[in-house]
Amino acid sequence: MHSVLPDVEKACSMLLQKKLIYNKYDEVGIVVFGTEETGNELAREIGGYENVTVLRNIRVVDEVVAEHVKQLPRGTVAGDFLDALIVGMDMLIKMYGNAQKGKKRLCLITNAACPTKDPFEGTKDDQVSTIAMKMAAEGIKMESIVMRSNLNGDAHERVIEENDHLLNLFSSNAIAKTVNVESPLSLLGSLKTRRVAPVTLFRGDLEINPTMKIKVWVYKKVAEERLPTLKMYSDKAPPTDKFAKHEVKIDYDYKVTAESTEVIAPEERIKGFRYGRQVIPISPDQIETLKFKTDKGMKLLGFTEASNILRHYYMKDVNIVVPDPSKEKSVLAVSAIAREMKQINMVAIVRCVWRNGQSNAVVGVLTPNVSERDDTPDSFYFNVLPFAEDVREFPFPSFNKLPSSWKPDEQQQAVADNLVKMLDLAPSAKEEVLKPDLTPNPVLQRFYEYLELKSKSTDAALPPMDETFKRLIEQDPELISNNKSIMDSFRGSFEVKENPKLKKASKRLLRDKPSGSDDEDNRMITYEPNEKKIDVVGDANPIQDFEAMISRRDKTDWSEKAITQMKNLIMKLVENCTDEGDKALECVLALRKGCVLEQEPKQFNEFLNHLFKLCQERKLCHLLEHFTSKKITLIPKSEAADSDVVDENAGDFTVKQEPMLES
Amino acid sequence: MELDPDDVFRDEDEDPENEFFQEKEASKEFIVYLIDASPKMFSSTCPSEEKDKQESHFHIAVSCIAQSLKSHIINRSNDEIAICFFNTREKKNLQDLNGVYVFDVPERDCIDRPTARLIKEFDLIEESFDKDIGSQTGIVSDSRENSLYSALWVAQALLRKGSSKTADKRMFLFTNEDDPFGNMRISVKEDMTRTTLQRAKDAQDLGISIELLPLSQPDKQFNITLFYKDLIGLNSDELTEFMPSVGQKLEDMKDQLKKRVLAKRIAKRITFVICDGLSIELNGYALLRPAIPGSITWLDSTTNLPVKVERSYICTDTGAIMQDPIQRIQPYKNQNIMFTVEELSQVKRISTGHLRLLGFKPLSCLKDYHNLKPSTFLYPSDKEVIGSTRAFIALHRSMIQLERFAVAFYGGTTPPRLVALVAQDEIESDGGQVEPPGMNMIYLPYANDIRDIDELHSKPGVAAPRASEDQLKKASALMRRLELKDFSVCQFANPALQRHYAILQAIALDENEVSETRDETLPDEEGMNRPAVVKAIENFKQSIYGNDPDEESDSGAKEKSRKRKAGNADDGKYDYIELAKTGKLKDLTVVELKTYLIANNLPLGGKKEVLINRILTHIGK
Repeated sequence: MHSVLPDVEKACSMLLQKKLIYNKYDEVGIVVFGTEETGNELAREIGGYENVTVLRNIRVVDEVVAEHVKQLPRGTVAGDFLDALIVGMDMLIKMYGNAQKGKKRLCLITNAACPTKDPFEGTKDDQVSTIAMKMAAEGIKMESIVMRSNLNGDAHERVIEENDHLLNLFSSNAIAKTVNVESPLSLLGSLKTRRVAPVTLFRGDLEINPTMKIKVWVYKKVAEERLPTLKMYSDKAPPTDKFAKHEVKIDYDYKVTAESTEVIAPEERIKGFRYGRQVIPISPDQIETLKFKTDKGMKLLGFTEASNILRHYYMKDVNIVVPDPSKEKSVLAVSAIAREMKQINMVAIVRCVWRNGQSNAVVGVLTPNVSERDDTPDSFYFNVLPFAEDVREFPFPSFNKLPSSWKPDEQQQAVADNLVKMLDLAPSAKEEVLKPDLTPNPVLQRFYEYLELKSKSTDAALPPMDETFKRLIEQDPELISNNKSIMDSFRGSFEVKENPKLKKASKRLLRDKPSGSDDEDNRMITYEPNEKKIDVVGDANPIQDFEAMISRRDKTDWSEKAITQMKNLIMKLVENCTDEGDKALECVLALRKGCVLEQEPKQFNEFLNHLFKLCQERKLCHLLEHFTSKKITLIPKSEAADSDVVDENAGDFTVKQEPMLES
Repeated sequence: MELDPDDVFRDEDEDPENEFFQEKEASKEFIVYLIDASPKMFSSTCPSEEKDKQESHFHIAVSCIAQSLKSHIINRSNDEIAICFFNTREKKNLQDLNGVYVFDVPERDCIDRPTARLIKEFDLIEESFDKDIGSQTGIVSDSRENSLYSALWVAQALLRKGSSKTADKRMFLFTNEDDPFGNMRISVKEDMTRTTLQRAKDAQDLGISIELLPLSQPDKQFNITLFYKDLIGLNSDELTEFMPSVGQKLEDMKDQLKKRVLAKRIAKRITFVICDGLSIELNGYALLRPAIPGSITWLDSTTNLPVKVERSYICTDTGAIMQDPIQRIQPYKNQNIMFTVEELSQVKRISTGHLRLLGFKPLSCLKDYHNLKPSTFLYPSDKEVIGSTRAFIALHRSMIQLERFAVAFYGGTTPPRLVALVAQDEIESDGGQVEPPGMNMIYLPYANDIRDIDELHSKPGVAAPRASEDQLKKASALMRRLELKDFSVCQFANPALQRHYAILQAIALDENEVSETRDETLPDEEGMNRPAVVKAIENFKQSIYGNDPDEESDSGAKEKSRKRKAGNADDGKYDYIELAKTGKLKDLTVVELKTYLIANNLPLGGKKEVLINRILTHIGK
């Protein structure tokens, strides 16, 4: 386990961090097993339960625990997960008794590769069943995450088999599930770190016809977890004001014309919709009386072959339709339809209105979700389908009609077949990697990590992308090296080259940088030449305008114009200099980049020297400091051959100017 | 305050890419409707849909155009149209030709975007036609007048507007005269035929297409071979198919679905990294996106002029106006952690915007719940990287052949996502493309986004009820009976959107009634009531519920309802009327207030004051 403990620490600390934000009053305890020492109440009270240590008794989450969990002790002996489970269960029962049913959760993280001790009496199976039944009775949920990436040879196959069997026993006797994970990435994904109380979207009838109705509940099965909504912060209040709330309020003003100061009240506005050239006002009353009206309900429209519904027609996140758990007959009806659907490959088309007065109805497809567990009722997944208006019928050329030089020949096709076959992420159902269900969101991971760092030091730098996530962003090096010859022959068979007819500004595709690197320089070249043509460097988005203009190729003098205009803008910014120092600085950087790209070093170098003089004259020291700190230099020979500045001297101008500044 | 709090059509989850999909001006169409107004158009009639009523050909043509305009203004409001009658008594056209009248309304050029006023006045054209325009045959042998020739000339002149590279130019010609020069002397006839055909050919050479919408008499079909086959350039193969398709064409013009048509455009350019050292170029298209009724413009309700919205950020402590970008905070561990906007965007930037292939999986690994938002369609391009199409097609074929999809990481969205690339073969029907060939990029959820609902509904150790063989058989029979053959995914119009367009049209055109829109999404009642269907449903019901359909065994709900009742009993705890009188309701907790509301069947929503007011009003009654 030691090799994966750093990832376990990461997963757990994420769990605790999120609790600190979303569920501050949750209570957490930590038990480790396989430790040299023993430290738990059961051991003290009745003996046994060796090598199980309670790191933290159950109490409300706090900063310390998030810290603590990052330094799990490395044990020295084999761990008995059954002992640990009993210790954990005992803690929960002692703490809460029979209360808090369904809110008590035991999470076991193990590789389940060490043997468990034989019980004093009965078999292990009996013992596990007893524990599981006790858990069910106490309303304790259990999840086991079994991490087995590359078990060493010393792990006994028989032991593993027995342990898996025992864990399965839990599943059939308690609310328990076992997740097998094979990589650190899935380990991070397997632990549900955010507790969301499931809420039904709809409770009511699934109507086959007016006489036959099935009682169902609908939940969201998929809903995007986003970054927390960060509040805006105002630093305007004087630091002495202890009662400052630092809040920011957003105000909307509705003005008759852009220039006028006349503001109208929100209720004096009316919605207008475009009709040809005109905008037609429609009052809320008109909308209310005339609009499409709906009644809550799910109505069956019919069944159809599953192949009629192509996968890419699914429009939104997915709902799940479960039978009302209190209605046994509805559970049966759903089971009958779902199982038969799966059997004969059909799906149901339904029309749904989730709430009374909802502004629109949706049409969607029910697909079967036949349960693999005996104790879970069968259900349906619900996906929204598009309406006629949602489809854009753009024609595309048939592949058959393309010129034959664009099509692969037999040999190339064989190479491609091989690649698709061999670059396999799911050699068997058990070995599937990168399952969405076990793949965590890298951005969330990174945000919480950064948050933690910032809580310790305000100016902490953004940590680099966690290594674990490489497996998500890049191809698996092992898979690649195993299939090296296939990859090589694919590369060899499909040669690509840049279209020589294109001008350099639009060439961007082959300049592939390794992913993960924050590549700001690339931004400029990715500009799309087809977009709206920019011909002026405006005040609002000078950098974008400049970049757009300088990469225009429809006339030769655009770059010249862009550079001139950008210079003027910078001068303006500097001259009116108030707080705009940053903006000016950014513009200078953009100008420098542009001049390198256009190989116009002279333009920039002269300008920079000029700017510098100006700043000195006007005593704009803060700007100069900025320049130094951002290491703005002249463009040296290495970046543009035409430059007459030697590399060593590129930064010189700041240095040599500095003493004059002091005076 | 939200800018648009009750925008009914906005997708609940704002698509972060939305800006990509916003409309751009569609490539335009220029259309001239040419309507024959000869006396024959008024005297020939057809039986109308209403019984015992005859409609003149003129009426059919005019109402068809009126209907078509009403869809047009919504679907492609940037197109420019002109309406032109020929064989008229009065004349109105730039060339000052006899027998041709270009219909127009003020504030509009002869050929221009359709306006509400144009549609409104055109709707009434039949009432004023005789007075203002008048019908008169304009092909006269002696004077060599040829109104058809003139009409084509006027139309062609109108269509001179706009470049033929960026716009489609079309004439729609409505007539019931299949032999316009039939009564002429042979020499005149030949001459007129020749010049008219030449005029039409000139127009076609300029990239203008001429579409004929002939109207047949009940007893005599329009004979296309007499003259018009040469004018519109039909070859003999097309000839036999032409007349039968006319009726459909007219119907199509009338019954167009109101659907805004967007120009085909690339939503994103994507670099697809197949392996180190091999990247190809793809274009991404948004082929499926929820249609919305168009952007809302806020107007000043007194002047109906657009208002400008200004947003400002105000510091609540000092009242100072804040400038973008504003720092953000996240309360954490008893402190406020600050983030600059730049830092937050850095956090989100974890890779380049490329699409990187990770590997392949069998299609069965893609579950029905692996979906978040509409897919993006990918089609290769050799514009920048030569060889892209070839590599793409090879992979595409292999994936279809082996029934596998590609798993890739796409950095072009926020947050970047794992995506499934599913190869789609081309599907054609009736000569049209139903599914283009390419790959659909399906955005996969992360583990964080997937909820474990099944678990919530399991009862450990208790087997869930499962259907018996008999029940399965009955379900199967039911499904066969209720099978929708030839179901196509997007056969339903969006009822709320169609309703919205109908309202908009009624208000814009001052119509007295909003035209009825049919809700196609409701079950087909007639079909559902077919005896065989009713029987299949009855059998299935019987197999599940037995003879006593009302006997639903409740295994848990009772407890709950008892709880609620117990709650209700509590409302005796307080004398609400007394409390209300003394103004002490505010001392109660929200929960206590709600007990009263529940007991009296009142709504429970709102803040505490709202609840108190609601109780007060209730007591006041």
